[in-house]
Order: sequence, then C-alpha cells, then structure tokens
Amino acid sequence: MEQFMQQVINGLSLGSIYALIALGYTMVYGIIKLINFAHCDVYMIGAYVGYACMTFLHLGLIPSLCISMLACMILGVVIEKVAYKPLRNATRIAALITAIGVSYLLEYGMMYFVKADVRTYPPLEGILSQSFHIGGVTLKAMQILIVAVTVVLMILLQIIVKKTRIGKAMRATSQDQDAAELMGINVNTTISFTFALGSALAGAAGILVGVYYNSIDPLMGFLPGLKAFVAAVFGGIGVIPGAMIGGYFIGIVETFVSGYGSSMYKDAIVFAILIIVLIVKPSGLLGKATREKV
Amino acid sequence: MKVKNLMEKPAFRKFGGIIVLYAVVQLLISVGILNDYYFATIVTIGINVILAVSLNLITGFTGQFSLGHAGFMSIGAYFCAIVTLRVPGIPGFLLGMLAGGAAAAVVGLLVGLPTLRLKGDYLAIATLGMAEIIRIVFQNIEITNGAAGLSNLPKFVNWSWLFLFVAGITVLIVNFLHSSIGRACISIREDEIAAESMGINITRYKVTSFIIGAFCAGIAGALYATYFPIIKPDTFGFAKSVDILVIVVFGGLGSITGSIVGAVVLGLISMLLASWTDLRMVIYAILLIVIMIFRPQGLMGSREFSLAMLKRAGEQLNGLFHKKSKKEEN
Repeated sequence: MEQFMQQVINGLSLGSIYALIALGYTMVYGIIKLINFAHCDVYMIGAYVGYACMTFLHLGLIPSLCISMLACMILGVVIEKVAYKPLRNATRIAALITAIGVSYLLEYGMMYFVKADVRTYPPLEGILSQSFHIGGVTLKAMQILIVAVTVVLMILLQIIVKKTRIGKAMRATSQDQDAAELMGINVNTTISFTFALGSALAGAAGILVGVYYNSIDPLMGFLPGLKAFVAAVFGGIGVIPGAMIGGYFIGIVETFVSGYGSSMYKDAIVFAILIIVLIVKPSGLLGKATREKV
Repeated sequence: MKVKNLMEKPAFRKFGGIIVLYAVVQLLISVGILNDYYFATIVTIGINVILAVSLNLITGFTGQFSLGHAGFMSIGAYFCAIVTLRVPGIPGFLLGMLAGGAAAAVVGLLVGLPTLRLKGDYLAIATLGMAEIIRIVFQNIEITNGAAGLSNLPKFVNWSWLFLFVAGITVLIVNFLHSSIGRACISIREDEIAAESMGINITRYKVTSFIIGAFCAGIAGALYATYFPIIKPDTFGFAKSVDILVIVVFGGLGSITGSIVGAVVLGLISMLLASWTDLRMVIYAILLIVIMIFRPQGLMGSREFSLAMLKRAGEQLNGLFHKKSKKEEN
C-alpha cells in the first residue's frame, strides 16, 4: 500500500510534466492540424533558459520560471511565423517535414552552442530541497511545487480559453477556420497566440523537469515529447481537458511499470497503449467521433 | 507494328541506361578510382533508394502516411545478421536476405491489419509507436545483444549484389504499380470513398502495399547488415524513419524516379557535409525547412523523370532563346 501511494505521488509529478507538454501539442493540432514536432525542443530550450537564469544570474525558481516561459513564448511565435506560416496551404506532409526540420535545427543548433554534455541544475535551497515523510511515503517539496504550478497554469489556461475574447477566437478557429475568418476573427493572430500559450507551458515544463531530475541535455526533449503526444492522443487530440487527463494517465502508467515491472519496457508499454487507443477509439478518451461526409 | 515499336523503345532505353550505369561503376571500381570510402557512400545511397522507393509505394502511391519505416529495416537487418552469423558463405547471405525480407513482411502484415484502418496523422503516429516498440524490443532481448548490438558481421555486399537488389526491387515496385493491384492502390490515394464505391477492397490493397513496402525495407536492412560490420538498435530509430521520409518528400511523393534522385542528391549532400561534423545536422535542418517552404511538392512533384521530359525542357529553353533573340532583333 505504501509503495502504491509512493508510485501514485511519483506518477502525479511526472504526469504533470507530460500534461504541460501535451497541452501545447493538443492546442496546436486542434487549430492547424499539425503535429508540431518542434514542440518538444521548445521544452528543451525552456530547460536551458531556466538553467542559465538559475546558474549565471542566480535567480530564484519562480522568476526563472517566468523568464523561461516568456522566452519560449517568443520562440514559439517566431517558429510559427518563420517556418509554419508559409506552409499554411501546403500539404500536411510538407508541414510535418518542416516541423521535423525545425526540431532538428533547435536540437543540433543547441548542441553546437552548448555542446552535447549533460548539465546539472544548481541544487535547491530552503524549503524546496526538503522532503516530508508521511507514514512511509516520501513526499518531496519539489513534487508538491510541480503539481501546484501545473494546476495553477491549467486553471489559468482554462480561464483564458473559456472566458476571454481571444480564447473564444481560438475555439472558433479550431472549429472552422474559414467561418471564423468570415466572422471577423484575425486567424493569424489567433494561431500565433495559440503557439505562444503552448510554448509557454512547454517552457514551464522544461524548467520543472530540470529542477526535478537535475540534468538536461540538447536531446532531452525527444522521448518526453513523444510520450506527451501519446498523452494528447489518449485524451483526444484537440481537447484541452483530454490532454491533462492523458498526461496524468501516461505519467502514472509509466511510474507503475517501472515500479512494479521492468523499467526497460516502460516506453514500449506507453507506445503499446497508444496503438491500442488508436485502434479502439481513434478520437481519444474525450474526443468526439467525427463522421465523414461524402 | 507501330504499337510494338512504341513498347520496345522505352524499355530498351530504360534497361540500356541501367546496364551502362552498372558497367561504368564496375569499371571505376576495378580501375580503383572509386575507393572504399566512396563505395560506402554508394552502398548507403543504394540502401536509401530501396527504402525510399518502398516508402513511396506506401506513402506516395497508396497515400498511407507511415513514420515507422526504419522499424521494418531493423527487422530485416537483425534477422539477416542472425542468419549470416550462423550459416556461412553465400547460401547464408541469400538465406539471410530472404529471412530479413520475409520477417519484415510478416510484421508488416501484423502491424498493417489493425493500424491501416487509421487515417492520416493517426496512422503516422501508430507506425511511429510500432517502430519504437520494435527498437525497444531489440534493445532488450538477448539474441540481438541488447543496446550494444551485433558486431563482426560477415561482409558480402559488393557492387554487383547491391546493383542486383536495388535494380531488382525498383523494377518490382514499378511493375507492381503498373499492375491492376497497383492501380487500385493509386485509386485509394486519390479518393478512398470513390475507390470503395467502385468495388475496390480498400483494406486488402492497403495491406498488400504495406506488406510489399515492409518486405523491401527488410531487404534494405539485410543489405545494411551484410555490408556494415555492426548493427545497433539506435541506428534504426525515429531519425532513420524521418530520413527516409525526407528523401521521399524531397524527391516528390508519387514519383519513383524522384525517390531515386532524392536518395542520390541527399546522399551526396551528406557526403559533402561529412567533414563539418558540428554543423552538419544544422545545415541539413535548414536545407529541409527551406526546401519545404519553397518547393513543398518536392523536386519532381509526382512526375517521372524521362528522356521525353528532358526533350520538352530543352524545347522550352530553345523557345525562350528564340523569343529573346527575336526581342533583341526588334
């Protein structure tokens, strides 16, 4: 029972990270139907910006988090404007290859500038470095912080998407781009805003992972990115609450597989879940099945 | 008589060109101009031609977006390597090629049957997941020696073998596309619903093209394992699948000659960039983005390269010149 609770706690903190990344995937896919492969590298850049802030500028965690989110926001918008906007009307496959190109560019560009070595985050001080023992279960302060930051960001995101004008525009554009444009919505601004939101969340995930696992490298984004995408598909791609649920589900499954079974196969099991979900319910847990019109 | 002439001429040209290519490279190798380093590049290009042509069959002609082609390649490579390590000599080599191709085809069937019901990006993600699972399995089982991979593999591939397999598979796929099954596949790409209402069994043809593609990728993997001495699971990761897809899209989806040109051009580019180890991938990435922004349909589009095309291009150029000179006269 204690081990079970421990795994749940670990799973929740890992799942928070996946959920944050998955939100970016799902929002971008929802609005322009593009699997943004560069998203996981925005997350990596977020981790590096956070590292620079904390190591060289000696900032605290929260200021670093804000700077990292802001930097990723700008990066996301620049990527969208430079690489994806010219391809808005091209085939999906061309856009996908461009996304992969941007991903390579960020990964190997970073590798060129900061070298491929693994870097370690500075150790945390004060209350954040402590851990609490509650009846045999260890609860790190960092884990509470990760879940708290994630929940706050998700509530903020929900408010933006549901209550604000731009959020309404986002939802309208994802339903029908042409109709939204006819209603006077500036589709380009809306798409850029979506990228900004998603990238900011990825930046937050990057710095949280850096602090939690303590090591970052230029290729760190690839696997978490894929798994976050699995999470987005699991919850129903394009559906924001779906990405959150999917993220937590994948996180908990992964910690349980490595806790009770074999950690070597944890990634294989995540992908197997993906394939099963796709075959049984391609629209995902919360997604609506769309009927094809002839 | 007229029909016969028309039929014979292009075939003669095609095979004539192929034989000349074979003889020239063979001559260059035996004279010693093409050393081992260049030959390794040629082998890589040849393997990439097979991979690209077979992925083009699945993605470009049948319209099924696969991001897991390297998975089939790895199955071919591992099965072939396991056979060649146990059976010596040319029989082992041929048996290994066959085992690699057949194993990949079986996995293609097992993967294709459930997943090919999916469409577009969902299929891409499912095949990606499948390839990752294959890679993780190879990384963890004993017979493949885990993450370290198999080494000291016997080397069989020379120019003649390589040429035989590359040309053979290309001809196989071109002929497949010209058969009634191939045309059914193309009709699925054009419009799935229309094809279905014309009485085409969509699933059957999708799976057929997927299996043939997987078989050819398995052969490509087997060629890899009989030329290069080491195979590792990481060689066949997501990056390799992307490389193959890039060749296909760069050359032009739905153009066999485009895939060949794409494999050759990208192979040469990567050879030229080999000395800049640090910046190689950065330049590659920028090239990728620039090409996709300015020519999203690829080099050849969906057309095939032919002598007639060259002739037309020549005439157009000629026309331009004439216009210019006329303008100047005026």
